[in-house]
Amino acid sequence: MLLITCPWCGPRAETEFSYGGEADIARPLDPDALSDAEWADYLFYRGNPRGPHREKWNHVHGCRRWFGVERDTVSYRIARSFMLSAGGPGADADAGPESGGDANTEQED
Amino acid sequence: MKRYSAFSLLRNALSHNRNWRPAWRNPEPKKSYDAIVVGGGGHGLATAYYLAKEHGISNVAVLEKGWIGGGNTGRNTTIVRSNYLWTEAALLYEKSMKLWEGLSQDLNYNVMFSQRGVYNLGHSPQDMRDIERRVNANRLNGIDAEVISVAELGKAIPYLNVSSSARYPVLGASLQRRGGVARHDAVAWGFARAADALGVDIIEQCEVTGMEIRGGKVTGVRTTRGPIASDRIGVVVAGHAGVLAKMAGLRLPIESHPLQAFVSEPIKPVLDTVVMSGAVHGYVSQSDKGELVIGSGIDAYNGYGQRGSFPVIEHAMQAIIELFPIFSRVRMLRLWGGIVDVAPDACPIVSKTPVEGLYFNCGWGTGGFKATPGSGWVFAHTMAHGEAHELNAPFSLERFSSGALVYEHGAAAVAH
Repeated sequence: MLLITCPWCGPRAETEFSYGGEADIARPLDPDALSDAEWADYLFYRGNPRGPHREKWNHVHGCRRWFGVERDTVSYRIARSFMLSAGGPGADADAGPESGGDANTEQED
Repeated sequence: MKRYSAFSLLRNALSHNRNWRPAWRNPEPKKSYDAIVVGGGGHGLATAYYLAKEHGISNVAVLEKGWIGGGNTGRNTTIVRSNYLWTEAALLYEKSMKLWEGLSQDLNYNVMFSQRGVYNLGHSPQDMRDIERRVNANRLNGIDAEVISVAELGKAIPYLNVSSSARYPVLGASLQRRGGVARHDAVAWGFARAADALGVDIIEQCEVTGMEIRGGKVTGVRTTRGPIASDRIGVVVAGHAGVLAKMAGLRLPIESHPLQAFVSEPIKPVLDTVVMSGAVHGYVSQSDKGELVIGSGIDAYNGYGQRGSFPVIEHAMQAIIELFPIFSRVRMLRLWGGIVDVAPDACPIVSKTPVEGLYFNCGWGTGGFKATPGSGWVFAHTMAHGEAHELNAPFSLERFSSGALVYEHGAAAVAH
């Protein structure tokens, strides 16, 4: 079982969280300008790395806020949790923490 | 290849079984091949076999980084069925089913394909409506399927909890009588032996570390046993598809997840069919040795470790005990994890790539074992002709930009 550190609630068991996939995928600012291939890349194509992976988690059975985790996909070791910065990469309007989260504040677990 | 038969059993018995030969050679890799298949699992070996048998291309190497059948081929729950909802998927899996039905004879190797039937349970009125729809869709595609009432279920599977007071009462099921299980190791060994007999070199302990690409064309691979040249390379490596794609400078619409399975201690015969439930999300059959073979869902997070997490184990056991309360005191003997390559629409990618001569066969996700012969058959066609067969044409990489996805998440009789 993973022990995941929620930036707001502290370390909690994996079962309190739901997984949100790769982080840092910015929604295109002008979707109409994208080619089909670029749109497909945004929607479906993923880095799927073997090793360090930046990913989104939601503390769904806790504070229900989104945050980022850097985790190794082979050892499953979690290096740290971090805020999905407001306005920065990965800060989807519907996926980032509510405004008030400190921009670019990264929190070690 | 010395053919296996009752006579060969007898002859070898009379010589105290001292004259059996290895089922396949252990050749040194040549400098070049007409075609290279990367990945020595069931799908890769089947690809090599059908390249040699159907297309006359026998100067083929299968490169396997570990040993034959040591990956997902030996890490699944061995279920075979073809009751997929959408026509594109149904026809592909039904091709595979037809190959399964003659596979032991074709390979001269007993893959122990046992058509003991596969039940997919429904637990709600909506489940039952979906089941009726899928059964009708299957029949229109020439695939055997029937709707089974809860009373019939209770008779056919006596230990299944069909009580209306269950937490998630069973309301009925679909049944594909031609579905069943096969011996997974035997599938790998049988394909390896038959491909080897046709001249295919099966090279184990040979990991691909890089791709040679010149002017947009693939010219060979770098391996831990030296460079090997070929202008036709098929990659069939399941969970590691993304790693190989990266070597070729490609990205894939694939994410890798751990999928766990379990076997119990051997018990007396108790279950003579396969029972799957998408709603409580577990599936179980009983092996010929008497072990219950149990599977469930993937771990939600991306992972390349061949193990999963405890909450998923607990969930699988809850599902099985919900269906079969009698199993609550059976002890689990082993568990394992495979790395499954899941595509956004839960359908495979059997496709050309932007690199000429480089083909990918991946994205089989949680249900690749049943497709082993069919996957190899269509991939061999694709590699031999440079174009997809009509059965795998809908499963190209282009579908992700054209939007023509084949959405089998949940539609394929189980949740993924």
